[in-house]
Amino acid sequence: MLSCKETTRLVSESLDRPLSFRQRMSVTMHLLLCRFCSRYRKQMRLMRLALERLAKDKGDELGSISDDSLSTEARERIKKTLHHRSK
Amino acid sequence: MEAVGNVDKPVSQKQEVAPDKWLDAHGDYLFRFALSRLQERAIAEDLVQETFLEALRSQQSFQGRASERSWLIGILRHRIVDYIRKRSRENTNHDDGLFERLSEEYFDDKGSWALKPAKWGNNPSEVLEKKEFWSVLLQCLSKLPRKAADAFVLRELEEWPYEELSENMSISANNLGVILYRVRMLMRGCLEQNWLR
Repeated sequence: MLSCKETTRLVSESLDRPLSFRQRMSVTMHLLLCRFCSRYRKQMRLMRLALERLAKDKGDELGSISDDSLSTEARERIKKTLHHRSK
Repeated sequence: MEAVGNVDKPVSQKQEVAPDKWLDAHGDYLFRFALSRLQERAIAEDLVQETFLEALRSQQSFQGRASERSWLIGILRHRIVDYIRKRSRENTNHDDGLFERLSEEYFDDKGSWALKPAKWGNNPSEVLEKKEFWSVLLQCLSKLPRKAADAFVLRELEEWPYEELSENMSISANNLGVILYRVRMLMRGCLEQNWLR
């Protein structure tokens, strides 16, 4: 029987590459009996989903981070550089 | 003739580029994009500037097939990956010990949960509809040890295959697995602590 630590390690692994049949069976067995590890797996899937959304930014997730914009100094600097170069 | 579509529609003829409008139209967006991947404001700002400069130099390569924004994002993305590659070669990983301890804290000696995962609401996918969730997600990313964050970003946001990532960052496949595992433990804990309360 896998420990919770081993199980979570394999759940993480499964997000990066396929597990062997044996590994999958052991994880499934453990998840049937352990609600905390099941929770962990659900949360890992949700996190993956969130990051996928952020990666594609289809729903303007980046726009939601509204208080992050170029600083005034950076904006001025870029404006000057662009102006200078585009002449 | 072209079909009527959205503003970003691709056009068949060569599209006019408007460098003087780039900053206002795309500056903040490019900045946020870079910040989400690099977690450092100064570097994100520099890369935005470099992106505009490169775009100026290669205006001819803009065929109008994509929107102006995705053309700029394409340039920025290359810059980001180059930067992360360089940074990961220079980084000597001083923070490894703490990183390891923090992610191990979740389990006891027998490998059972010491800090048990909390329930994330009844309908966890609602989480993603909340605006503030995304800020917390980025905050959590910025708290990670640099090299680990870089590996995680390339894996999850740039969606690099595992093997390619291992080669490019000169991390053995096994180590990479451990790093990604620890990052996920810490990210989970960070989200739980800072957002779900």
